[in-house]
Amino acid sequence: MRVNYLKGVLLTLTLGIPHAALAETGIEDIRAELTALRNDYEQRIADLEQRLAVAEQNARQASASSQSSGSMPRNTGAEFNPAIGVIFSGSAWNYSGNPENLAVQGFPFGGEAGPITEGLALGETELILSSNVDDKFAAMLTAALAVEDGEAVVEIEEAWVEATALPAGFGAKFGRFFSGIGYLNNKHAHSWDFADQPLPYQAFLANQLRDDGIQARWLAPTDTFIEIGAELLRGGAYPSAGADNNGFGSYSLFANVGADAGTDSSWLAGVSLLDASPINRASGDEDDPFLFSGDSTLMTAQFVWKWAKDGNWKDRNLILQAEYMRREESGIYEGAGLSPQVYDNDQTGWYAQAIFQPVSRWRIGARFDALSSDNPGDAFAGTALAAPLSDPRRITIMGDWANSEFSRLRLQFTRDESGLEDDNQLGLQYFHSIGAHGAHTF
Amino acid sequence: MGFLNRRRVLHAALVVGLVVTLVGTSPAARASVKVFACEPEWAALAEAIAGDLVSVSAATTALQDPHFIQARPSLIAKVRGADLVICSGAQLEIGWLPALLQKANNPAVRPGAPGYFEASSFVLRLGATDDVDRAGGDIHPFGNPHVQTDPHNIATIAKALAARLQEIDPAESSRYQERADAFLSRWLEAVGVWEKRAAPLRGLRVITHHNSWVYLVKWLGMEQVATLEAVAGLPPTATFLSRLNRDFKDGGADVIIRSPYQDDKPSQWLAERSGIPAIELPLTVGGTAEAHDLFGLFDNIIDQLLEATP
Repeated sequence: MRVNYLKGVLLTLTLGIPHAALAETGIEDIRAELTALRNDYEQRIADLEQRLAVAEQNARQASASSQSSGSMPRNTGAEFNPAIGVIFSGSAWNYSGNPENLAVQGFPFGGEAGPITEGLALGETELILSSNVDDKFAAMLTAALAVEDGEAVVEIEEAWVEATALPAGFGAKFGRFFSGIGYLNNKHAHSWDFADQPLPYQAFLANQLRDDGIQARWLAPTDTFIEIGAELLRGGAYPSAGADNNGFGSYSLFANVGADAGTDSSWLAGVSLLDASPINRASGDEDDPFLFSGDSTLMTAQFVWKWAKDGNWKDRNLILQAEYMRREESGIYEGAGLSPQVYDNDQTGWYAQAIFQPVSRWRIGARFDALSSDNPGDAFAGTALAAPLSDPRRITIMGDWANSEFSRLRLQFTRDESGLEDDNQLGLQYFHSIGAHGAHTF
Repeated sequence: MGFLNRRRVLHAALVVGLVVTLVGTSPAARASVKVFACEPEWAALAEAIAGDLVSVSAATTALQDPHFIQARPSLIAKVRGADLVICSGAQLEIGWLPALLQKANNPAVRPGAPGYFEASSFVLRLGATDDVDRAGGDIHPFGNPHVQTDPHNIATIAKALAARLQEIDPAESSRYQERADAFLSRWLEAVGVWEKRAAPLRGLRVITHHNSWVYLVKWLGMEQVATLEAVAGLPPTATFLSRLNRDFKDGGADVIIRSPYQDDKPSQWLAERSGIPAIELPLTVGGTAEAHDLFGLFDNIIDQLLEATP
């Protein structure tokens, strides 16, 4: 600064010297210096103007907020409102046969799994609240409002607190949450690519495993994404039940690895294990269910590949995705007219799907899903637990249109060969979200 | 209670063993400050003012729309190891950055920590509004986030970034200061040259694809007469393009600007019918071959604008 001043003074002085006394090159130099000097001051003035404007903007915002709070008590806490969002969903579904006949032989479903409600129906309406609690914790609540048997019910879908300040790449979550096993398990219904979950998720996890417990995750300090997680769960939800071991009933382990393949593609692969010891777990017919007590182990392996030209996701992109699950169960089955029988059986399921977005907002997709079961023995012949004659399977295609990232309309067709009778299903579904909307994971 | 049966103990031991192995093999002390930049312009700026004192990775390229990025595993891994995250902010990255930060388990770069730097918060953002109805499309209530197209903003942010690097890495404080000063004097000199060269662009009437160029328009004294998007953030519609053609085919606009990651069809369509030249301007470093750094970015923007207009 001082040097510049001196230069300026010198320049002013030298400019006073008669023209002839200076060489041509000298004049050029002086001109250049003058220009530089002027630019320098112009920049400084611009800087000051900018700072003034930012200060004014901040002052305006400060006065605006003090004005609005001036009319109410200062300690309402309203300024700490969490982010609030609501997701609306609904569907219109048509079955060529009777959806009652779609029970899958050998795989009595638990929980909410099963065909989508026939006809026009409101889906779950999700109310989502989330916020940082303080500098070390964040929390999220997802309440599902649904109509069951004509009555409105509120269900705590997720209610968890997350520790955000753990060192060394550790993370922890506790409360009620979707388990980290598999790929689709912790995805909210509004981010599914089809209106229903694939068969292995329906059969082995009653759509999605959600339970009360603690989750710990650790991320390796590597450029390749390596994540290891473990969960200790109450064991209150299918495929567990009965909160065995005094409410420390089941646990899970999962590991995920992922990376980019060039700028166009990226992938994620993972394996997981769920170990449960259900007590009187209900499945099949709601009014006269099977009850299972014993050990249940579920293993999953999954792979997801995402592609977009130059990694520019907005317009054209492709997702390939597949998961494989294997369940081993041994214990006692009873109920539904069955006297207690020893059950020891292995079952598998898998799906593979592709979703392609040819132009912005429009997507098409296809999915194949199937189940397979060993024979649990003659004791189960003639019951819904006997192995199916042929492997249950479905083929589903869908097309959806998202006007913005907050709205989606979907048309879906399924050729269903999983039940007693083959069935063709055609449905329409919508998802609309208002308010705050959390970022989606990979 | 049968909770600690043999199988469970074995599984737990496996996990503990794996974690210990990975922790043990992880690189010990870091040689330099690791910077994760959401957009290429901030990666370029960090490199320009900190050079080899930092190692920089950019989450996106100039060919990607920064509103729509997948929260990829590779990005989570990078945020996990970062000492400093630099993003435009003002909700530009709202669809993916929160997911990265949540999954990355790195408290040093969470919003509020010194390791989280939101570039647009240091400058005057244009277009901040209380009118935040989503019927208006992709609205940014905190103002337009594409602040990098005004070089005066870059200068202001460079100073703030240098100060932040000094806070994170105090041992090298004087070197950050030296380099930032050196960059700024080069930068301000270049700004003077650009402003002189761009003088003929004053009053130029531009149509932009998306509302991404408001800072450039203001800086050079140009005038934005329309955008190709009828609703911000949604693709241009045929109806709206036809209307633009009707409105501007007999004059009223001098050039149509799109960014490299935007579909070129709408601007080409309008250019062919209206006779207004359409150009692809780099919105950030890497958008064209010439825009290989921040200096090249503005050189190329001004070159192209001058070329496209009589």
